[in-house]
Amino acid sequence: MSTSTTHATAGIRETTEGTVYDVTGGDWDEVAAAAARSDDERIIVNMGPQHPSTHGVLRLILEIDGETVTEARCGIGYLHTGIEKNLEYRTWTQGTTFVTRMDYLTPFFNETAYCMAVEKLLGIEDDVPDRANVIRVLLMELNRLSSHLVAIATGGMELGATTVMIFGFRDRELVLDLYELITGLRMNHAFIRPGGLAQDLPPGTVDALREFLKKMKKNLPEYDALCTGNPVFKARLKDIGYLDLAGCMALGATGPILRSAGLPHDLRKSDPYCGYEDYDFEVPTVDTCDSYGRFLLRLEEMRQSLRIIEQCIDRLEPGPVMVGDKKIAWPAQLALGPDGLGNSLDHIKNIMGTSMEALIHHFKLVTEGFRVPPGQTYAAVESPKGELGVHAVSDGGTRPYRVHFRDPSFTNLEAMAAMCEGGQVADVIVAVASIDPVMGGVDR
Amino acid sequence: MSETSNGNGAENANGSVPAPRNDSGEVIGVRRGMFGADRGGDTSGYGGLVRTIRLPGASSRPYGGYFDEVADELEGALEEQGLAPEDAIEKTVVDRGEMTLHIAREHLLQVCRTLRDDPALRFELCTGVSGVHFPGDKGRELHAVYHLRSITHNRVIRLEVSAPDADPHVPSVVEVYPTNDWHERETYDFFGLIFDGHPALTRIMMPDDWQGFPQRKDYPLGGIPVEYKGAQIPAPDQRRSYS
Repeated sequence: MSTSTTHATAGIRETTEGTVYDVTGGDWDEVAAAAARSDDERIIVNMGPQHPSTHGVLRLILEIDGETVTEARCGIGYLHTGIEKNLEYRTWTQGTTFVTRMDYLTPFFNETAYCMAVEKLLGIEDDVPDRANVIRVLLMELNRLSSHLVAIATGGMELGATTVMIFGFRDRELVLDLYELITGLRMNHAFIRPGGLAQDLPPGTVDALREFLKKMKKNLPEYDALCTGNPVFKARLKDIGYLDLAGCMALGATGPILRSAGLPHDLRKSDPYCGYEDYDFEVPTVDTCDSYGRFLLRLEEMRQSLRIIEQCIDRLEPGPVMVGDKKIAWPAQLALGPDGLGNSLDHIKNIMGTSMEALIHHFKLVTEGFRVPPGQTYAAVESPKGELGVHAVSDGGTRPYRVHFRDPSFTNLEAMAAMCEGGQVADVIVAVASIDPVMGGVDR
Repeated sequence: MSETSNGNGAENANGSVPAPRNDSGEVIGVRRGMFGADRGGDTSGYGGLVRTIRLPGASSRPYGGYFDEVADELEGALEEQGLAPEDAIEKTVVDRGEMTLHIAREHLLQVCRTLRDDPALRFELCTGVSGVHFPGDKGRELHAVYHLRSITHNRVIRLEVSAPDADPHVPSVVEVYPTNDWHERETYDFFGLIFDGHPALTRIMMPDDWQGFPQRKDYPLGGIPVEYKGAQIPAPDQRRSYS
């Protein structure tokens, strides 16, 4: 914390290594002395980067005058891990392992968007089997549920509504159990691969999905009962984090924030991918432009996701889950071996014992990867947070030349200042929670 | 897949091998050998192969789909403003069902404003800017790529602007698309592209005192060798690789 009549500026020190900018704050004695000298209430508060209400390592720099926020800024980059740079040193298929870790609450959206971009570059987007597309939609809608559940749960926790938090994480656990059944992992799946999927659904998935749908239909109304009509909850959320349509368009806000301003823009409807045009669902909107509206939207979107999951179960027809082109399809024949997940022993026996060519092919595809013709493409999906876009550039090699993720959390977080300035300090937390930023996606 | 070479990288003229996708595309590099392995000897017998890497080249009309309409409207609107379209739009590339307009950097702001405000174009949503560094594209090494979405007409187009490494300046479009504030800071942070007119062009991801621009191709990935089951596994950018 420091005080200043204008802005806090970074301290500068000259060292033998060069200029060092000090942005960690100041000496507490100086801070206290300056606060004593100051005759008004205007102070600058650093909230974060490690604060329970900032969704990870987000640093909010608030200039407050009494209880009013006069200026709000974000400090980001604390979780920057250089994923985009790392992708340039792996094969196209290995890329999914990295992108799934970007926004770690929406791994299937990251994977699908990335794989769609690679498939567009290869020109095989129409060859992806139907079953793979249905499973992608299924996983994405499950993921929308788990992401919105965390948004509501952590949002509730930040208001002090710990019951909402417990309920949200309880239901998210049901979704994570399904992930574990289908992909073997609760997070960081790398299950969706360029050309299709890593493997098919294991036996018993449909039964587990039906069981899950039954439970969720019982559990979802509980959020309504807990929050929707709750006067305390409404008092905290209504008219907070206000951003109207003009603000959303100018600041590039998408997802629930844009739809809370009344515009029914959803890429699943306007620019369908993975066969979304064949599913029957609605894009809910409200026109309140505030945090309460975004909460209602997330609840409704979860109900719509359940509808889509039901339709996915009906659409699951037996068939391949990977493109037929053996020059692209990763030769994985995963099976549950004695050491957990691994390549199936039958496959190993086949390539090692009977077919020298298959062995060579397997080895080359795994170590060298496939080549992607030069060019660039943009693929976008509607993630729970908004438009998740991937700009992928190939130079004709086996590795991405450049992959850029337009993460919705990053862009939506820009709107934080517009939502918070002029409001109360306590409302900053509500506004940030309604943006639902995930720093893994913001910083990448 | 590849054409043999007479040693100076010229194309095979007798047509015995397929021509690259488009001859007029920008050359971004040259690849040698069969597998593109850059370490160790090439024992494949194809070590003399030389391939020129080109990006997809300019397209000619009709572009197909809504692209012709976008191009017509944009050219018409620019002419009305007294700007010759061929001065602003260097070339148009239609590839893989996507349209890329290569814009001269000095006219970027005007083109963006026109694309946003013209009722027939109405690209109201900018999804940010992505940088690409092509050290092999001499004289225009740094590219800034913008994707614009029109919700009104349900269209997407791409703008591409380039700047040389020696003069890495591109006008900022923040006054037209305020959303690009952070995106331009990010691209500056990673590529060193300076967006003239940006309200506060500072680093956003890397620490303020960071040296260098990490996403440039000449910036090493870094990393240390790791021991695994007794063997030394080199850092990712030191491993044998194929391009």
